[in-house]
Amino acid sequence: MMDTFAALAHGMAVAVQPMNLLYALIGVFLGTAVGVLPGIGPALTVALLLPVTYKLDPGGSLIMFAGIYYGGMYGGSTTAILINTPGESASMATALEGNKMAKAGRGGPALATSAIGSFVAGTIATVGLAFLAPWLVDFAVRFGPEDYFALMCVAFVTVSATFGDSPVRGLTSLFIGLTLGLVGIDKLTGQARLAFGVPELLDGVEVTTLAVGLFAVGEALYVASRRHHSEEKLEPVRGSLWMTKEDWKRSWKPWLRGTMFGFPIGALPAGGAEIPTFLSYSTEKRLTKYPEEFGKGAIEGVAGPEAANNASAAGTLVPLLTLGLPTSATAAMMLAGFQQYGLNPGPLLFAERPDLVWGLIASLFIANCMLLVLNLPLVGLWVRLLAIPQPWLYAGILAFATMGTIAAKPSVVELSMLAGFGVLGFLMRRYDFPIAPVVVGLILGPIAESQLRRALAISLGDPMTLLQSPISATLLALALIALLAPFVLKGLGRFKATED
Amino acid sequence: MFHVSARLAGAAIALTLAATAPAFAQQLELKLMAPAAPGGGWDQTARSMQQALVAAGVARSVQVVNVPGAGGSVGIAQFVNGAKGDGNQLMVNGFVMVGALAMNKSPVTLEQVTPIARLTEEIQVIVVPANSPIKTAQDLAAAVKADIAKVTFAGGSAGGVDHVMAALFAGAVGADAKKINYIPFSGGGESLAAILGGKVTAGISGLSEYEGQIKSGKLRAIGVTSEKRIAGSDIPTFKEQGIDLVIANWRSVVAPPGITPEQKKTLSDAVEKMVKSDAWKEILKQKGWEDAYLGGDAFADFLKKETVRVTDVLKSVGLVKS
Repeated sequence: MMDTFAALAHGMAVAVQPMNLLYALIGVFLGTAVGVLPGIGPALTVALLLPVTYKLDPGGSLIMFAGIYYGGMYGGSTTAILINTPGESASMATALEGNKMAKAGRGGPALATSAIGSFVAGTIATVGLAFLAPWLVDFAVRFGPEDYFALMCVAFVTVSATFGDSPVRGLTSLFIGLTLGLVGIDKLTGQARLAFGVPELLDGVEVTTLAVGLFAVGEALYVASRRHHSEEKLEPVRGSLWMTKEDWKRSWKPWLRGTMFGFPIGALPAGGAEIPTFLSYSTEKRLTKYPEEFGKGAIEGVAGPEAANNASAAGTLVPLLTLGLPTSATAAMMLAGFQQYGLNPGPLLFAERPDLVWGLIASLFIANCMLLVLNLPLVGLWVRLLAIPQPWLYAGILAFATMGTIAAKPSVVELSMLAGFGVLGFLMRRYDFPIAPVVVGLILGPIAESQLRRALAISLGDPMTLLQSPISATLLALALIALLAPFVLKGLGRFKATED
Repeated sequence: MFHVSARLAGAAIALTLAATAPAFAQQLELKLMAPAAPGGGWDQTARSMQQALVAAGVARSVQVVNVPGAGGSVGIAQFVNGAKGDGNQLMVNGFVMVGALAMNKSPVTLEQVTPIARLTEEIQVIVVPANSPIKTAQDLAAAVKADIAKVTFAGGSAGGVDHVMAALFAGAVGADAKKINYIPFSGGGESLAAILGGKVTAGISGLSEYEGQIKSGKLRAIGVTSEKRIAGSDIPTFKEQGIDLVIANWRSVVAPPGITPEQKKTLSDAVEKMVKSDAWKEILKQKGWEDAYLGGDAFADFLKKETVRVTDVLKSVGLVKS
């Protein structure tokens, strides 16, 4: 423990060197910028910068890459909240409540709680990275396919929180998403499914294309169709621009809980950033004292998922630094960055280059502080976006969404899909179907399927493998409890009511 | 948008390189397609070529374009149709594309492109967890022969080099390759976790990917697929252990169809000059790639033979319907 402190202090000394501070600043700035643009993610940015940084010293450029990574997680939430266009799939849960808040004139507090929540989560998770990494990685490695499948079961049970009022409509949406998840090459057999001979469909439906189409394009179409019925008045600011005392009170617990979801799941080799945000969203929806506000702009629904996605970014660095295991596209690019300098992340890196590892970890703290300083003053500026007249704003959103999609995949098919999903989003809004479960289905479905089939392939087709692993058995039990608890509680409530 | 951002970075690169590029640089302005998303092997190869081509003074500028999708099937279709007869375009490809095109029943094939050169190869390795009872390749062979279904191999995507190698291993030790229990994972990261966690019998990957774990003693390498033992390495080859398994994950560069012999010569010369440059050698060392330069007709022959071999293996494991 003391060793860790000493090493961290040494790392701090490395990180506060003026040049390294500058690299961190460039990193967080670039990261925020690319996070705001849908399509251009941190992975692409790091890829483009790799050859440029070739001549820099390893410490400095890695610090910059880490800044980009953290910055991207901050930036993605801004567009999600303001214009309902999640820059990254990890920001999708943020858009659910965040955009509702922005429309009600509470964009300021929504941005603030996401910035501060990201800071809190990023800081706690970085502490976790510094102290728990070796222990956590042992746990993460023990997670087998059957355990991932069980984790997906927990996620499936809890997504009902995104269903809105009608379970039937929610399930319909979820199944649309699950069907879309089947499109493309089957990971286990290499055979194409539902691709209809279109090569662009072989890799499946891109999550960002679906999310941007349903959320942003669908919304733009819907607003246009309603324009002459009733003018929906957008208020840029109502009440305080900053978080009130009440907002703080309602935010701090979701921040912490979001971190608890984000960090460990992010550290799992196949965990990702999306699942913890959904888990956090549904947890907050269950625990809130203001359930009536959910779906209309509840601050808990922004604070939790935002903390979760930033904490997962730190979690991703656990397997990267300790095992050399890249678990996200950005982490893979950072691995390439390490290799560029002849460094192999892995069990030996901590021993061989402690200055580098601890300098990197220390600069994550610094990047976090910079991001907070960078983002908070911008809140006032960002909210003014909402004062733009509706036709202009939505025209801008359409242009923005289209550009982002082409940036990620320059193809006609992709653009047609964006338009198609836009129409789908419009119809679903028009007929009152929730749209979030579609995206959830697309993300969770393929993971659950391939992990289950992997688990069964390993066990030679014996389904008992799902119960034999203690992690899996525990998670499945949790899922079962979460599924049955509402009914049981309702039954008890009725029982009590009759007794009275 | 993509082009805008690429150009921005390009401008930054151009700034840094303007000072270093020799004045006699030819006026080649190349467009280099990586038919994959940023970050993978082909993207890294393309970006390394970009760096080396400019640094060696072979080209004035190189623009890398990513066209991801289906193991390169989307990229090659765009390349063959869109760049026909263009003497300033190149595309990176490799082993995985051969299998992907066959499995996806792609209307475009590698016969349509103009082969330029094979550039690099990565040696493959089979590893087992440190506490596994399997110590040598012969132990694994015995296990495979005893009950092939019980031996689980973890590796990369279905039909990729790892999968083909598992089938070749089974075939080489006299088992029925059709029955291998191969479990594809997305990316080396996930499969590594499954191996370290003892969920599978053995793992297959490029050697460099697992080198850290092998050195630290968490994984045991039971064999590499090179012809001869790698200098300074104590990992035996399969051949030494009496198993005829030689395979490498090669990467190459090709030009569009329909270019003139002069254009082909210009591009081949440029690539040859790049391969001989110090900048390229430096990159190979950093990335741990073996220099596997093979140009001209020899490469065209190699490409044909490899296509036949891979397609046969994929047919034998049922991934490609004959």
